[in-house]
Amino acid sequence: MLKTYRILVLTTLLLSTSLKAESDLKGELGFETRWFPDDPADSRQFDGFQTSFHFEPEWSWENQSRSQQAKITLFGRVDNRDDERTHVDLRDMYWQWVNNQWEVLIGINRVFWGVAESRHLVNTINQIDQVESIDEESFLGQPMVNLSYESDFGRFSLYLMSGFRERTFPDVEGRFRTPIPVDPDQAFYASGLDQWHPETALRYTTVLGDWDIGAHIFHGIGREPTLSPNQDFSRLIPQYELITQAGLDLQYTREAWLWKLETLVRKGQGKTFFAMVGGFEYTLYQILNSNYDLGLLAEYLYDDRGGLGSTVTPFDNDLFLAFRLALNDINDTALLAGVFVDLNDGSGSLRIEAERRLNDFATIEIEAQGFHSDNSNSDLNAFKEDSYIGISLNFYY
Amino acid sequence: MKKQNPLQLTYNSTPLWFIAVLTLFSATLTIAETLEEKGYAIAARSDRSDTGFGDSSVKLSMVLRNAAGQETTRSLRINTLEKANEDVGDKSLVVFDSPRDIDGTALLSHAQILEPDNQWLYLPALKRIKRISSANKSGPFVGSEFAFEDFTSLELNKFSYKFLKEDTLDGLQVDVVERYPRYKNSGYTKQIAWIDQEIHQIRKVEFYDRRDSLLKTLILSDYQKYGENIWRAQKLQMTNHLTGKSTDLLYSDYEFQTGLNERDFIKSALNRIR
Repeated sequence: MLKTYRILVLTTLLLSTSLKAESDLKGELGFETRWFPDDPADSRQFDGFQTSFHFEPEWSWENQSRSQQAKITLFGRVDNRDDERTHVDLRDMYWQWVNNQWEVLIGINRVFWGVAESRHLVNTINQIDQVESIDEESFLGQPMVNLSYESDFGRFSLYLMSGFRERTFPDVEGRFRTPIPVDPDQAFYASGLDQWHPETALRYTTVLGDWDIGAHIFHGIGREPTLSPNQDFSRLIPQYELITQAGLDLQYTREAWLWKLETLVRKGQGKTFFAMVGGFEYTLYQILNSNYDLGLLAEYLYDDRGGLGSTVTPFDNDLFLAFRLALNDINDTALLAGVFVDLNDGSGSLRIEAERRLNDFATIEIEAQGFHSDNSNSDLNAFKEDSYIGISLNFYY
Repeated sequence: MKKQNPLQLTYNSTPLWFIAVLTLFSATLTIAETLEEKGYAIAARSDRSDTGFGDSSVKLSMVLRNAAGQETTRSLRINTLEKANEDVGDKSLVVFDSPRDIDGTALLSHAQILEPDNQWLYLPALKRIKRISSANKSGPFVGSEFAFEDFTSLELNKFSYKFLKEDTLDGLQVDVVERYPRYKNSGYTKQIAWIDQEIHQIRKVEFYDRRDSLLKTLILSDYQKYGENIWRAQKLQMTNHLTGKSTDLLYSDYEFQTGLNERDFIKSALNRIR
């Protein structure tokens, strides 16, 4: 008893002294309104305006010798039209210890793998927070133990995971959903699997001159569910399977050129398939004697599975073309415009984002997305009434 | 047969006046040759006068001022790892604290001498590390009047040099040296640097654009000495003569030998930025 007490006091003391080292609280608040000019494809979906508010406080700590770190990041959104979009998630809650070449991280974390811009194909560890945005750039926190070793010839990172995170999907009344709405509450796992099934991933990364090289192997529950209709075809039910995946990501950087490639092979969801995204980013600096930089991007996306079937991917044979204009002014004004063109059926989508800083604590962003599809079999047909224009204000503290 | 000393022979057979002329001639030759050498020597002495710091960390407040005098401030931290070998560039890590929307954004640079530097950008929102092109030498650094190269191209051997003259600047005896970028994509044809003769620090730099006209002037002031011989200017004022805009860099809380090592400047260290 006394011993336990002593340990408790000691831990508290240690913690309080080390807490003095350096801790920091910061965060983000955002207001967003989107307007959908077209009538929804399904009358159950909302029409007109969608307004939401999000918050993301972050607390971090580091000890004096910088050998230990901890971080907690919470994310939440409240949406007035889509109940599934009203959600909270613990993005990060980890403790990390660094000692020479070794690093240990225990807790919930987000990990980013890859180099491409149009699709984050090899970014495997974290589940996509799909209700946030269809650009697949928001991820749910994943519980893990991550052990990394930095050798002279590259970095080896081992991930041991459990506590699978299911993908989020828009509600019946939400936009950007499949014609038959997904019911995430009925999600199930393939036989022999459950949420606590242990998962393993190994990642290797290195830099060789102009080359940034990454490779990974993942064995665990596939983050991408197979969607199948229920008996009366009223809802699609996500099913999660055990997969084994190997992937490679490369970037070659020379002068103003970035050449990028991501590929993977995945086994366990029907027939083994191959997918890739590759292309370039070329920047014209200080165009027309101004301070403006113009980046030109082109990427080709391929997926063996094709666009139709139980695991639908819209990126089966597509071309992504984009430009990024950075004004390099005091307010970091930037404009990004990109199109996806489906090379199978000619359908496509256009996305424009304009961003600018208002002051030291606030930014404004305007985004617009349009869909075009003539073909009822097209992957994009589901979103063809979901063109929108949105404005968001973000505050940082 | 006894071998004759060739030196002796030369000495004996050459008239003294000839040697005297030769000496004079070679002396002139030396002077002609050393405008470049002298320029390099002055620059090298200046560069080396603050080497041996090992590593440093500093806070930087960047005050951007437009032609109308309106100001905005951004704050950042810079960690530097010195490479003793002059043929290898230093490593640096720049972390932004404000404006708040780019808080935690970081830029890692592995400087090289004539090859393009290796640079990675850390984007905290996605926790993404992105290798970026370092070809953009002459573009503005975060909207300031400082170009990327004004920060990253401080290595001695990134330039060739030429001594211009001795002069006085604000009561200081100075050497005036021209330097020419040897790396690619520079926005400058030349820079003229005023280096004082007492503590060998750069006091003023003029930047000449691709049309060889004066573009910017940099004034370095408030030099402070750390330890034995590490001098650091606390204030850098860059004025753009074309736009009338200016940027002040105010350095504070310099720390040296803080225990930073190679491991703090590897790509994956970006994931530990706070």
